[in-house]
Amino acid sequence: MSATSLEPKTEPHKSPATEDRPWTDYFTFQTDHKVIAIQYFVISFVFYLIGGAMATAMRGELATPNPDLLGYDNYNGVLTLHGTIMIFLWIVPAGTGAFANYLLPLMIGAKDMAFPRLNALAFWILPPAGVMLIVSLVTETPQAGWTSYPPLSVTSGQLGEMLWILSLLLVGTSSILGAINFITTIINMRIKDMTLFDMPLYCWAMLATSILVLVSTPVLAGALILLSFDLIAGTAFFNPTGGGDPIVYQHLFWFYSHPAVYIMILPIFGLVSDILPVHARKPIFGYRAIAYSSLAICFLGLVVWAHHMFTSGTPGWLRMFFMIATMAIAVPTGIKVFSWVATIWGGKIRLNSAMLFAIGFISFFLVGGLSGVMVASVPFDIHVHDTYFIVAHFHYVLFGGSVTGIYAGLYHWFPKMTGRMMNDTWGKVHFVLHFVGFNLCFFPMHILGLQGMPRRVVQYNPEFATLNMVCTVGSVLLAISTIPFLINAVWSWLYGPKASANPWKALTLEWQTASPPPIENFDEEPVLWSGPYEYGIDFDREADELSVRDLLAEVKAEM
Amino acid sequence: MKIPSAIITLLAGVAITLISLWYGQNNGWMPVAASQEAPLVDGLFNTMMTIATALFLIVEGAIVIAIVRFRQKTGDNTDGPAIEGNLPLEILWTGIPVVIVLGLSIYSFEVYNTMGGLDPMASGDPGIQQVAAKPGAAIAATLDEPAPKMTHMHNHMALGVGASPGTQGKPADVEVKVTGLQFAWLFNYPASGVISGELHVPAGKEVQLDITAQDVLHAFWVPQFRLKQDAIPGRTSQLRFRPNLPGTYPIICAELCGSYHGAMQSQVIVHTPEEYDAWLQSQIASKNAGENTVAMVSSELSDRDRLALRTADLGITEDILAQVHSHQ
Ligand SMILES: [Cu+2]
Ligand SMILES: [Cu+2]
Repeated sequence: MSATSLEPKTEPHKSPATEDRPWTDYFTFQTDHKVIAIQYFVISFVFYLIGGAMATAMRGELATPNPDLLGYDNYNGVLTLHGTIMIFLWIVPAGTGAFANYLLPLMIGAKDMAFPRLNALAFWILPPAGVMLIVSLVTETPQAGWTSYPPLSVTSGQLGEMLWILSLLLVGTSSILGAINFITTIINMRIKDMTLFDMPLYCWAMLATSILVLVSTPVLAGALILLSFDLIAGTAFFNPTGGGDPIVYQHLFWFYSHPAVYIMILPIFGLVSDILPVHARKPIFGYRAIAYSSLAICFLGLVVWAHHMFTSGTPGWLRMFFMIATMAIAVPTGIKVFSWVATIWGGKIRLNSAMLFAIGFISFFLVGGLSGVMVASVPFDIHVHDTYFIVAHFHYVLFGGSVTGIYAGLYHWFPKMTGRMMNDTWGKVHFVLHFVGFNLCFFPMHILGLQGMPRRVVQYNPEFATLNMVCTVGSVLLAISTIPFLINAVWSWLYGPKASANPWKALTLEWQTASPPPIENFDEEPVLWSGPYEYGIDFDREADELSVRDLLAEVKAEM
Repeated sequence: MKIPSAIITLLAGVAITLISLWYGQNNGWMPVAASQEAPLVDGLFNTMMTIATALFLIVEGAIVIAIVRFRQKTGDNTDGPAIEGNLPLEILWTGIPVVIVLGLSIYSFEVYNTMGGLDPMASGDPGIQQVAAKPGAAIAATLDEPAPKMTHMHNHMALGVGASPGTQGKPADVEVKVTGLQFAWLFNYPASGVISGELHVPAGKEVQLDITAQDVLHAFWVPQFRLKQDAIPGRTSQLRFRPNLPGTYPIICAELCGSYHGAMQSQVIVHTPEEYDAWLQSQIASKNAGENTVAMVSSELSDRDRLALRTADLGITEDILAQVHSHQ
């Protein structure tokens, strides 16, 4: 991995079409953003399955009040790895690395990313990070949760904790490299006629996300490096035994990890904003409001971190300040939710798999958003902090929100990426299992937390047994729901019906080229003949059954 | 006869309002309220539940109606109307959340202040109480060193929830020093020298807990009091409240603290004042008779041993006792 040149350099390609790309390319160091994106998709999905198996194991443990499956010795290790893998090796790489790599250059009509080699490097940093976590599973697992608070993290096993720190440092480096690339690409590589306000909303979301990554990730890296000194060199930055301050770690950690929530959800906001108009056949409602609200969330997201510390070492006035700042985020977030509902309202909805998951996203995310406003309130948060109410809240945001949105994106762009259609019926089966399993698994957790069940426990008061059993049943349904998806994806990729260039009749640029796109994306220069969401404007012509290709030809002829 | 849509909207609005108001008050999701402050938190929660229920019904209702009413008709391959926005509507759904979150912020602030969250004696962070004496000392410290002896100042500032505005500046009726350690809670009554593994408090009296931790972070939580505060090694934090419903409630450790975190539970017994006095006298008597030597054992304990001790009796080791006494 010596290729560290930052020059935007594209290799001269010999083969004109992706059909000719040997399959081995997907396992090697490649600079084509589409190959890198697929690599991100596949590896992050593999980690999703590993993290999901861990979740199912934990729910199996929690089916009964006694520690009888994983037991005291394994439970904390599994919960730490579950959180770490799901965040850093699934949602972050899938929502940013995978989708941004695939979509950004195509959406703005570019041949590749600004820095293709850097891009490949960012990806190849990821597998070693994952391998370290898997190694920790068979040697010594980190025990202190994905938050890794000292002093526990520096007193519960050096090897496991060190593997965890190194793994996160690699993931952080990868996402910083990715963010540099995304910002540069969005700013510099748009086709001539495309202003920022002609961009699809996913590009806006990635702009805001990448700014967050660049500002916050270095702080996490700093905190982790100091933590590793406390761990192996016996320093006392955070260890109170030597006069260190564990609260300082919490501030540094959450300075990154609150924005991390937005790093995981903003790209998904973008995906959904791009999927809903296509299948509702209506323009996005309030384009500018949605674009600006991403930037507002980006800014506010940087000044709310201490809301994770309302019961920790924070003085009263600080708790009040962070409460008000956190509540303010409800405003731009509300704008988005209302705008999405207004987008589908009055449309002509094609209720296919992609649309079901996109609408499912709104309905789950709404619940997570509402409980998010609740936990912003200091007196209430003092009661529910570190309980199952919080577990419910963030799974509604990150699973109901991010993961559901990622599925919507996969169903929507699968034909573009593979050149084949997915089976819609099995997609719907997947959605029903996902919807029922998700709500069964996570809704009762709100009540469990309010009633008195803390999070991260291997055993609990027997009075909570019934609700926990419901959660466990839901988690099994969720685990099963991935099977139809996996079979559908693999089968469709190999044998699915061929997809046309634009099966959804969408207006954004990625649908103007072949499915899958040729190596340099567009055989001829793409033309910006329409805004990204101008549905309904060519109403009369659509009625004449004109295909987009014909329209395109017509527009070109007029120019 | 066709009912005008304005009337249907009005009826739906009334129904959503009524359902939300009812569900906000009658969700039954909170456990019993056993302190004077708990109903304040419940009132706040019920208000938020009312608003959340209304927003939930409006948005999910709109989604369901849209899916039913605006599905593509078979054979209709045209687009929907080219509506790109509606400024008054967008101003409305920006303005309403602004008003809601402002209202909730003010309400939360009021509740927090009434609970004592802004008591100047309990809402400032004095910083860590043990600092490295010399610059090099911190670097030289190792994990094996014994935990630091904490200097204890009277009338110190602490973190957490202090006295309600009415009683600020006055000492609480009962003061208990709370120490969290892997994997037990220790309660030390400095006025009488009693040490217990369970918290006993009198109903109707103001109780102040000075909370710290021996080893790693823990968090003291009694769901029925709606109060939680991290126990932080090197810092003292505070919870001040007035229990008012006699009974036995769980004390739960709410911060991941090691393998047996899930087993780190104790209980708080809220007595009537007479029962409380009787309990205290019996403890003092047995202490004087020398019976308070709670299982003195070697400090060479594995996590599992400590847990076994705690569940069997009280896992209190000599150096822990020494620690606790040094706090006084
Ligand atoms: Cu946060
Ligand atoms: Cu604990």
